[in-house]
Amino acid sequence: MTDYQNIFTRVQVRGPLYAGIAPTDVGAFPRGSTSGFVYWFGKLGDAQVGPIYLGYLGVASLVCGVIAFEIIGLNMFASVNWDPIQFVRQLFWLSLDPPPAKYGLSIPPLNEGGWWLMAGFFLTMSIMLWWARMYRRARQLGMGTHVAWAFAAAIWLYLVLGFIRPILMGSWSEAVPFGIFSHLDWTAAFSIRYGNLFYNPFHALSIVFLYGSTLLFAMHAATILAVGQYGGEREIEQIVDRGTASERAALFWRWTMGFNATMESIHRWAWWFAVLCPITGGIGILLTGTVVDNWYLWGVEHGIVAPYPPTTNPPVVDPAILGGAK
Amino acid sequence: MSFFSARKAGAVIGALMAVALAGCEQPPHESAQNGYRGTGMNQIVNKETVEVKRAANVVPEAQPPADADGQRASQAYQNVQVLGHLSEGEFLRVMTAITEWVAPEQGCAYCHNIENLAEDSMYTKKVARRMLQMTQTINANWTAHVGQTGVTCYTCHRGQAVPQNTWFSQKGHEARGSAADPMGHNQPTKANGYASLPLDPLTSLLLKDGQIRVAGNAAVSTGGQGESIQQTETVYSLMNHLSSSLGVNCTFCHNSRSFQSWEQSPPQRVTAWHGIRMVRGINQTFLDPLQPVYPPERLGPLGDAGKVGCATCHQGVNKPLYGVSMFKDYVKELTPPK
Repeated sequence: MTDYQNIFTRVQVRGPLYAGIAPTDVGAFPRGSTSGFVYWFGKLGDAQVGPIYLGYLGVASLVCGVIAFEIIGLNMFASVNWDPIQFVRQLFWLSLDPPPAKYGLSIPPLNEGGWWLMAGFFLTMSIMLWWARMYRRARQLGMGTHVAWAFAAAIWLYLVLGFIRPILMGSWSEAVPFGIFSHLDWTAAFSIRYGNLFYNPFHALSIVFLYGSTLLFAMHAATILAVGQYGGEREIEQIVDRGTASERAALFWRWTMGFNATMESIHRWAWWFAVLCPITGGIGILLTGTVVDNWYLWGVEHGIVAPYPPTTNPPVVDPAILGGAK
Repeated sequence: MSFFSARKAGAVIGALMAVALAGCEQPPHESAQNGYRGTGMNQIVNKETVEVKRAANVVPEAQPPADADGQRASQAYQNVQVLGHLSEGEFLRVMTAITEWVAPEQGCAYCHNIENLAEDSMYTKKVARRMLQMTQTINANWTAHVGQTGVTCYTCHRGQAVPQNTWFSQKGHEARGSAADPMGHNQPTKANGYASLPLDPLTSLLLKDGQIRVAGNAAVSTGGQGESIQQTETVYSLMNHLSSSLGVNCTFCHNSRSFQSWEQSPPQRVTAWHGIRMVRGINQTFLDPLQPVYPPERLGPLGDAGKVGCATCHQGVNKPLYGVSMFKDYVKELTPPK
């Protein structure tokens, strides 16, 4: 017998196209009227696509996003002399960089970071407008605003990296470049400059919540799939009306680790783990350079660095302080 | 569904993964611990790569010893400016060795006018004379880096008139008009280890005396501006050059938990520190000033002379020629006259 299962299914269940309830605050932008089915989407989730509601906020966000994308992409394209082959070949290396340190927080010339500043402005506008859109849509549907606030946690980290911390440091040059490898190299250089970010306790907390999120995600998803044959996927109903799926899942965890989440609490755990990852990470970045200049030395002062036996006897000495070294 | 079956999709994904892995080195790798346990202090080497390097780093036999007595080279020949203190036999011996090391196919005529060996008409002879002085200077003044092993012409040249691993200043992509200038970033080069780091860290850090120490010196920020992230990236790029030149990981010289702490570093870092100063010194004193001597085809894209980096001698090995000293057979010739 073939089962209905998303991702692994050989059967795709499709009802009639359904527009859902209509938004009540629709102004000049009515909801799109087109919708249809996409087979490959049906492999992953619901096969129905649309109708989409963009509205003022969505359109403004997309316009700002496209402007930022174009500024970044065209500057990258210009940097390989408009050679399409080199653009594709070197795409991962190409980058739009923040201004050099000498410009501080002033507005630099276009070719020395001005485009970077402009791209950052439009990208930030785009993200903020999209946040407002998520908040408004959730309210309009009578939902809570949990998604918007989770998104805000990510925006917090983004703003710390590219806006708040550079302002506190007094220089745009402290911010992250736009580029695939260049932002990764920036991350490595940032850790080297500020004495190893692994000794930053907020970085450590952020990693706890990152890995914790994946662990919770795996535990929760596995549990629900495991009791799927008893209707376990109807989690929300079972918050108030525990069925046999809920009972079995709870019993499983009490047997194995002596404690179980509830159908409701597991989602709050997951939400807080997810949002605390960028919140704590953002605090860690914000303190770097503004308060702490070298996390390793900070760790030595605060007793979180384990002692290390000398590598040689006598220990290695900085040759620069020996003087007259040849 | 039958057109694009799961099996076909699997085959496509498999092929993509094979392509993605094609850039990786084949196992097996060997890992050797070079520091305290649990700190990632390991050196990872690929056996196959080491075999190739061993074969490429075989030292040629020394010329048979010459009689130290007899007429001085300065008396026997004209215009002998650097090696005049040698005996005639020693002088001919080292000339033979230099030919073997630098121009084995072209022979004496690569540097000398065969009609008149004493004259300086060829640029190669002028360069060779400076290079002899450079070699003598390194062996006499830079023992903190080269130890008693010393260097000879062969350390860099390896039987080629122009050493393989010299470098020129690079500008990289330049955007025109008001488009963003990449400012020497974001172009894979050998010098930056094919990363998206500054493409020429060598001009500012191995020719000029740029700042290499970028990490903060105090736990808590004192409010002053330290080194910029961009300077850190340039240094990171230089460190990629060191790492690939010597065929070692970062932990060959640094402790993984604190790159700047000297007392926790392996002692090799001190040798490397002197090496960086040595390379700067010889680039500034010997190689860069040779620019007017070279014909245009020997100059770099920006019109500068070829310079040395770590790879010029090391060629992927942490001790050039696996630590075999060729200098010990030419101590008198390749040190300055007393």
